[in-house]
Amino acid sequence: MTKQHAKGGLALIFTAIMLFPVYWMINVSFTKDTNMRSDPPHLFPFDGTLEGYRAVVDQQMPYLGTSLFIGLGTVLLTLAISAPAGYALAKLRPKGGGTLSFVLLIAQMIPGIIMAMGFYAIYLRLGVLNTIPGLILADSTIAVPFGVLIFTAFMSGIPDELINAALIDGASKWRTFLSVILPLSRNAIVTVSLFAFLWAWSDFVFATTLDGGGDAQPITLGIYQYIGNNNQQWNAIMATAVVASIPATLLLILAQRYVAAGVTAGAVKD
Amino acid sequence: MAHEVMTRVPASAPAGAGARSPRRRKPGNWAAWAFLAPVVIYLLAFYAYPLYRNLDLSLRHYTVRSFVQGDAPFSGLDNYRDVFADRAFGPALLHTLTFTFVSIAFQFAIGLALAVFFAQNFKLSATLRALFLVPWLLPLIVSASTWSWMLNSDSGIVNHALGLVGVDPVNWLTSPDWALTSVIIANIWIGIPFNLVVLYSGLQAIPAEVHEAAAIDGATNWQRFWQVTFPLLRPVSAITLLLGLVYTLKVFDLIWIMTKGGPADASTTFATWSYRLGFGNLLPQFGPGAAVGNLLILMALFFGLLYIRFQKRLNP
Repeated sequence: MTKQHAKGGLALIFTAIMLFPVYWMINVSFTKDTNMRSDPPHLFPFDGTLEGYRAVVDQQMPYLGTSLFIGLGTVLLTLAISAPAGYALAKLRPKGGGTLSFVLLIAQMIPGIIMAMGFYAIYLRLGVLNTIPGLILADSTIAVPFGVLIFTAFMSGIPDELINAALIDGASKWRTFLSVILPLSRNAIVTVSLFAFLWAWSDFVFATTLDGGGDAQPITLGIYQYIGNNNQQWNAIMATAVVASIPATLLLILAQRYVAAGVTAGAVKD
Repeated sequence: MAHEVMTRVPASAPAGAGARSPRRRKPGNWAAWAFLAPVVIYLLAFYAYPLYRNLDLSLRHYTVRSFVQGDAPFSGLDNYRDVFADRAFGPALLHTLTFTFVSIAFQFAIGLALAVFFAQNFKLSATLRALFLVPWLLPLIVSASTWSWMLNSDSGIVNHALGLVGVDPVNWLTSPDWALTSVIIANIWIGIPFNLVVLYSGLQAIPAEVHEAAAIDGATNWQRFWQVTFPLLRPVSAITLLLGLVYTLKVFDLIWIMTKGGPADASTTFATWSYRLGFGNLLPQFGPGAAVGNLLILMALFFGLLYIRFQKRLNP
């Protein structure tokens, strides 16, 4: 029993050390400008201020709205492309499917900054630089290979009998996919949606290269411009950072098991 | 439940097609490719084409005018020659390798130690392990700006803490001697959760009997780890390390936000160099920028293919 407590205590200390930067971000977001550079630093946000959060409400709302929209758009696009592909690779198994899986694995490894440069050249010619659909399309490239991978893995676990029963009842492959496979794949849909949203929400590379001069910019650029422009208002910068962290935190609280599943997907076999 | 299903490796899924009779394959193929059509078109349009454009950029002599008009003259490997001859090439290569390998070494060692620790199921284990994921899930701009302020020379908490134990303040982000170290520290912090979670599930896959047998044989904890756990964990470790390499080579956001590759190129890696050439100056040099990017792809693919080989060997 005491050994158990000792381990728990030690684990608490490790976690506290690991999460200190997160705590510090929150603490600074409440610190008054006048106390920002005090020595010793204010370790707790007593005598704090909401100035930082007021700045978020006044200045960052449009950015947050844009990010939300881009995140949802990316989720829809990613699901629409990767779910049918996962079904085909897992259950219809065409010739060449193995090669396609291989290409998807490779695609995941291409650095975003290089994709960004290629997209920039193309978007410039097409005139879709600094547009939201352009950014959604680029952001979805982060999630689509992952989505196909997850859907393929999940759907191969669905028993063939269920599919055959539907086919015998006269349902087409498309009908079977919509009314048998998709409802059974809820877990995979949730996992893919979570990560697609999170990656689009967090994206900086595509935002800064493809939407740097846009009217509607995502929150990552909102923070970036804050750092560039008013170096002194760290409570406002950190308050924006706190707000920008809300989706990640919510996901962890509401969907922890999906998150862990996504992290280990493809890396480990039971 | 989701977990068990997810961790099955998809690359091997199409290999199991043997169960189907060859006669039923033909019509199945058409339907299958109909389902795959969106992703194939998508890959061609949004992966292959941008990559082709990037390759094309790297083989031509671009100016801003010809970039818009698209009539830049073909210049062969000139951009690559320029990049190799550039004074920034050596340092950028060194920084890329240092950043990658030092980050990975620490992430892996700390992640493994924590995984072993958390694997002794105690009361708070699951909850605290979940909390450990936070740094990995935060947007990079959030982590990067938080670390920037913590490492601030005059008012940062890190220098204040060092002052308490009598160490002089360090110019973390503004001194060429420390900039690379600073971004490595932040990157280690971000990468620990991934290593922890993957290695933890690797540990779970080792049957408990193995440990019990070793314990009965009188092995100490230390011996048990090095002689039993670690060898059994080797395949998962290899995969964690290789995936880590692929992901760390391409880190751009963190370095760019914290130091912009500076001061005086002290923390410039291939990723930030490529970006600076293409987007960072008033006069963009798309050709050399794309060339640096392509070198980075080659490095990532090298480790990526190693990873796939390992993955295949693990799940034949």
